[in-house]
Amino acid sequence: MSDVALKHDEHRDDIGAKLGMWLFIFTELLLFGGLFLVYAVYRNIYPEDFHLGALQLNVTLGTLNTVVLLISSMTVAMSITAIQKGNRKLSMQLVLLTVLLAFVFLVNKYFEWGAKFEHDLYPGSDLVLQFKRGTIIFFGLYFFMTGLHMFHVIVGMVVLMVMWFKLKNKTINPDDNVLLENGGLYWHLVDLIWIFLFPLLYLIT
Amino acid sequence: MTTTVPYKSYLEPHGKYRGLLDWLTSTDHKRIGLMYMYAIGAFFMIGVILGLLMRIELFSPGETIMGPQTYNGIFTVHGVIMIFMVVIPGLSAVFGNLFMPIMIGAKDVAFPRLNLFSWYIFIVGAILAVLSQFTGNGPPDTGWTFYAPYSTQTGTNVIMAVTAAFVLGFSSILTGLNFIVTIHRMRAPGMTWFKMPLFPWALYSTAWIQLLATPIVGITLLMLIAERLFRIGFFDPALGGDPILFQHLFWIYSHPAVYVMILPAMGVITEIIPTFCQRKVFGYKAIALSSIAIAGVGYLVWGHHMFTSGMSFTARWVFSFLTFIVAVPSAIKVFNWVATMYKGSIALKTPFLYSVAFIFLFMIGGLTGLSLGSLATDVHVHDTAYVVAHFHYIIFGGMGFAFFAALHYWFPKMYGKMYNERVADIASLIIFIGFNILYFPQFVLGLQGMPRRYFDYLPQFETGEILSTIGGFILFAGLILMIGNLIRGHSKGKQAPENPWGGKTLEWTIPSPPPIENFDTPPVVRKEPYDYE
Repeated sequence: MSDVALKHDEHRDDIGAKLGMWLFIFTELLLFGGLFLVYAVYRNIYPEDFHLGALQLNVTLGTLNTVVLLISSMTVAMSITAIQKGNRKLSMQLVLLTVLLAFVFLVNKYFEWGAKFEHDLYPGSDLVLQFKRGTIIFFGLYFFMTGLHMFHVIVGMVVLMVMWFKLKNKTINPDDNVLLENGGLYWHLVDLIWIFLFPLLYLIT
Repeated sequence: MTTTVPYKSYLEPHGKYRGLLDWLTSTDHKRIGLMYMYAIGAFFMIGVILGLLMRIELFSPGETIMGPQTYNGIFTVHGVIMIFMVVIPGLSAVFGNLFMPIMIGAKDVAFPRLNLFSWYIFIVGAILAVLSQFTGNGPPDTGWTFYAPYSTQTGTNVIMAVTAAFVLGFSSILTGLNFIVTIHRMRAPGMTWFKMPLFPWALYSTAWIQLLATPIVGITLLMLIAERLFRIGFFDPALGGDPILFQHLFWIYSHPAVYVMILPAMGVITEIIPTFCQRKVFGYKAIALSSIAIAGVGYLVWGHHMFTSGMSFTARWVFSFLTFIVAVPSAIKVFNWVATMYKGSIALKTPFLYSVAFIFLFMIGGLTGLSLGSLATDVHVHDTAYVVAHFHYIIFGGMGFAFFAALHYWFPKMYGKMYNERVADIASLIIFIGFNILYFPQFVLGLQGMPRRYFDYLPQFETGEILSTIGGFILFAGLILMIGNLIRGHSKGKQAPENPWGGKTLEWTIPSPPPIENFDTPPVVRKEPYDYE
């Protein structure tokens, strides 16, 4: 066992690993950056229509989900501190709690989207196609942006579960926890993107 | 020189498995580079054959061997394969993987497993691209640019082709990320930024473009897919969207992608010229920093693809002006290459011949690019064969010839064998002649008004089109001769020495083919990379 650990140490470069993760996060931000650009262009063309679209969104559910994600960012950060201080059990519990909060977010989102579909508010529906042009685009953006974000939440959950197993089999340990830090960074990214989506779609009316 | 100590080369089996699996599970950067090369070589030949089919169709006016719909499918597939699967990954994935870590004195890239993963993603994307030709309602017929609104409406298999481009982009991002971290973290002791060879410098600039530009095309292609599946309306005027926005988003990536192709090509040429002139490269820092400058300014010129699409006059002259600015760092490189040759003891070997051909063709491609970048002339030649000729001079004459140069330069190191140099010289000459006969007439045809992407033409264009097709066959013959010679060299060539060309960079200090771990003892760098005096 100790031999394997030694070999592992030989190529270890925590700063390099984190640099890689930051670069990856950069590409993710640019991915959403393309959408923010589209949002900016159309909001500029159709300010009133966007206003009408935004009035249809459920601010309460949106706020609730924002709070859930903010707390989950805190729990994942705490799990990193926990493992650095040598408390593996607490760290695992906190990671699990983060996954749970992510799940709560998805359940909320399910109800939110479900209500929209019930009222025929989805891209390409007969009702939406009768709206003003800017409102059609607004709903297109709403579903596309939150949908892509939701996909990232699911990926984040998978990443966090992998972290949990790696904590369990001690691949992530008090001496070598850069993996958990990177997983945490990814989760913060998911949170951060939502922090931008929430005001753009729900609050600016 | 030194007697060779027995060692295990990276080509010999050494993994957990044997045979093909030994390669498919290997995280060795050299093997991954070779695997990229075989895959890209195969796709290149498919692309070449598709191109040749188009040339046969254009041999005479009217329908020669195919109808318009087939022709539309073929030029789309030719473009998708050549752009996304050959020239964009080409030099950085093949020679970047093979030699960048060695040239900076590292044992591997920063994330070897991610590197192998990128290769698999590349293969998945490539399979999707090939499948898009045979499944659904026929091959996509939009051209590789997938312009809306046609791409959102055509009944052909656009979604799969676009997904393929998306997946290939992901592979490109991960390779770029890997290279940036590798260059930042793994340079040998003593190798400061300005002691790093210029090929890694070019790859470093390229990697940043891959990282910063590719996500934009990723999201654009996702929007296109969503547009087709759910009618979200971003690019549909009837729903409030704007097709021009698609063009902007597409070119925000796809113009910098041109520099993803050409920067590593310039890097290769910068390695070859000092070696065969036995002279220190002229203006080391200027070359290194001009790579960064090209990457930076190249990000801001995408609008020059859209001068006729509808933009404000201010936007047009700004884009035109920036386009002219990019020519400056490119020209700096050309001046420096020529200045390096001055008073050098030039050895006219095959890699050098390809490099000189590169400079010649790149200059024609670059100067015609300026006439396309100026507003008045572009309106006249936009979407004509002139554009086709221009970008083939840059992409094939530039990136393609640099790839062949790199192949002949590093072949002895890669396999430890030599090819027949005389045959290689002849092949390079045939390729050069065939290339010019193929593409030069298209400049003239374009100026006379021959549109691109047409399967038919007016009788007055016949001479030029026939000439061009003949050139296509000469080029094809040259390619077969070149590849055949390399394959023969690989199996029957004589043993290659450690340093056949007298190069000074680190890859020439280790045996050919390189050992598994590259260096027995980590090298310490004290001198500049091109220390010939």
